[in-house]
Amino acid sequence: MSENYFKTYPNKEGFFKEYGGAFIPPVLEEEMKKITDAYYAISKSHSFISELRSIRKHFQGRPTPVYFCNRLSEKYGGRIYLKREDLNHTGAHKLNHCMGEALLAKHLGKKRLIAETGAGQHGVALATAAAYFGLECEIHMGEVDMAKEYPNVVRMKILGTEVVPVTHGLKTLKEAVDSAFQSYLNDPVNTIYCIGSVVGPHPFPMMVRDFQRVVGIEAKEQFIDMTGELPDKIVACVGGGSNAMGIFSAFLDDEECEIIGIEPAGRSLEVGEHAATMTLGKPGVIHGFKCYLLQDEKGEPAPVYSCASGLDYPGVGPEHSMLKDIKRVKYDVINDKEAIDAFYELSRLEGIIPALESAHAVAYAIKLAQQDPQKSILVNLSGRGDKDIDFVVDTYGLPE
Amino acid sequence: MNRINKLFQEKQNNILSIYFTAGHPTSESVVPIITELEKQGANLIEIGMPFSDPMADGPVIQQSSQVALANGMSLKKLIGDLSEIRQSVKIPLILMGYLNTVMQYGVEKFCKDIAEIGIDGVILPDMHLEVYEEEYQSIFEKYGILPVFLISPNTTEDRIRKTESLSKGFIYAVSSSSTTGAKVGFSDENEAYFKRIHDMNLSIPTLIGFGISNKTTFTQVCKYQSGGIIGSAFIKAVDGSEKPEEKIADFIKTII
Repeated sequence: MSENYFKTYPNKEGFFKEYGGAFIPPVLEEEMKKITDAYYAISKSHSFISELRSIRKHFQGRPTPVYFCNRLSEKYGGRIYLKREDLNHTGAHKLNHCMGEALLAKHLGKKRLIAETGAGQHGVALATAAAYFGLECEIHMGEVDMAKEYPNVVRMKILGTEVVPVTHGLKTLKEAVDSAFQSYLNDPVNTIYCIGSVVGPHPFPMMVRDFQRVVGIEAKEQFIDMTGELPDKIVACVGGGSNAMGIFSAFLDDEECEIIGIEPAGRSLEVGEHAATMTLGKPGVIHGFKCYLLQDEKGEPAPVYSCASGLDYPGVGPEHSMLKDIKRVKYDVINDKEAIDAFYELSRLEGIIPALESAHAVAYAIKLAQQDPQKSILVNLSGRGDKDIDFVVDTYGLPE
Repeated sequence: MNRINKLFQEKQNNILSIYFTAGHPTSESVVPIITELEKQGANLIEIGMPFSDPMADGPVIQQSSQVALANGMSLKKLIGDLSEIRQSVKIPLILMGYLNTVMQYGVEKFCKDIAEIGIDGVILPDMHLEVYEEEYQSIFEKYGILPVFLISPNTTEDRIRKTESLSKGFIYAVSSSSTTGAKVGFSDENEAYFKRIHDMNLSIPTLIGFGISNKTTFTQVCKYQSGGIIGSAFIKAVDGSEKPEEKIADFIKTII
């Protein structure tokens, strides 16, 4: 993508056309402005860039490879390729922006990282980054989620992070966000807030996208090296949308590439059974930014569900909201059953157990391959599925 | 003249504003609470439109919003409940809540409908000043609804001046860098901030909110500004009551 796009979106107030911005109380507004200014000043510096490059290479194990799926392609047609973010340290793309955010914290002289986590994936990645830099880390997590995702709670504690149980309201992600912001506001001088996706008030959607761009930049070069051409189609799953923005960003200018974001259709498209924000939502404001939002007629965020806990968010990144409106990216859905089938197909045909989130993108690639076997498809395999194995086998059983 | 402007013209000190969440503690308590608050000496009332994700509010108000939503409160029901309020209540009434509620109702329809039932102003803590200026200011002005904006201790002087130019009626100064209901009592740092705002000689009055829960804290803020806003402490006082209006007289006695 031309630098021009990245300079235009977001604008200086954080808007991607009408989406994004910072719809937050003044006390947060001032702190967000400070993070924005610091990000602009520091992230372009030579020392910041060279340190981040070194971390990516030596600590995270980047570049992650692009892999051609021989047996999957043979069975379904098409040529299916995977960008292997499951091989990034900690097993998912999340560490890309966590290391960036933590490095920014270090350059700003901050002592503590703070964030919310739902299923615990972002919490574990941030705890890892904090350990690397010798920073304190405080992760707010709803009590309900803590019980459900206990292994991740243990991981965070092993890494030296303090996990703060959130005990009010529904005791899940939404209350954890409020609790983490509250704790952050008690000491913004020594602390930096590190959000988990391309969501939240400006500058987070921009900052997280920028730190995730490495995925697309690598993938594009690797794909051209392997095939001598651009992929016909690029597919990624979208919850908040960080892995998708990472890979999409490199191809937005290449009009011949069809780009598709995949949302979870869950059990059905009835209210509370899915998280297909782009497909069924309408513009609204949540957690300090404007985006497509699943909501009822009163403007209350709707309950959401997916078998992949990293995808069940009623909002979506503002940049995705814009890319839908300008029709550069198409958004479609995959349901639980299709995702589970793809989870087993990839495991058994390629020896790669995908995260349930990423399995949504794989399922869609299989559909595309069957429809048009002439085309090449590049899937962002955003994470590995170790975290999901008990849930999948207990809930759906092993296939024949 | 708008009732808010008239209030500040007639009374410059010790203005007591009470916030409560519509639909809390019961689904039918909006009108009895407003009526009793006026009778007991409140000068201004902020009626909360409950939202499930209130970023500026602490646990007490969040909890009351959940109760209110579970009681079936909505903006539509609230406007219905308030349809005849001006036949009895004379003090200024302000609606306070979050942008998404208003956006989904429709901003123009919202301003038109609340102007018709005699609401004087609106506070939306998550409203973006520049977006307000570009998209909503003309609508608010058309229906004579006064927008009240917030400032906090870390707000820069430039931003305070910008807020001063857009806020009508008064400015809502948040006492500390936390959510509602978080702290008890004010520190020297708080007082320094109240004084700094006072010394800026703003062209419109200021009320202080967040952290006021009793006579001491109310008196402290009134020393520097036109008055104070009480929310969480009031909600705690009426929480769980079937007849919340009966708790009001005793509560007001603890403040003035």
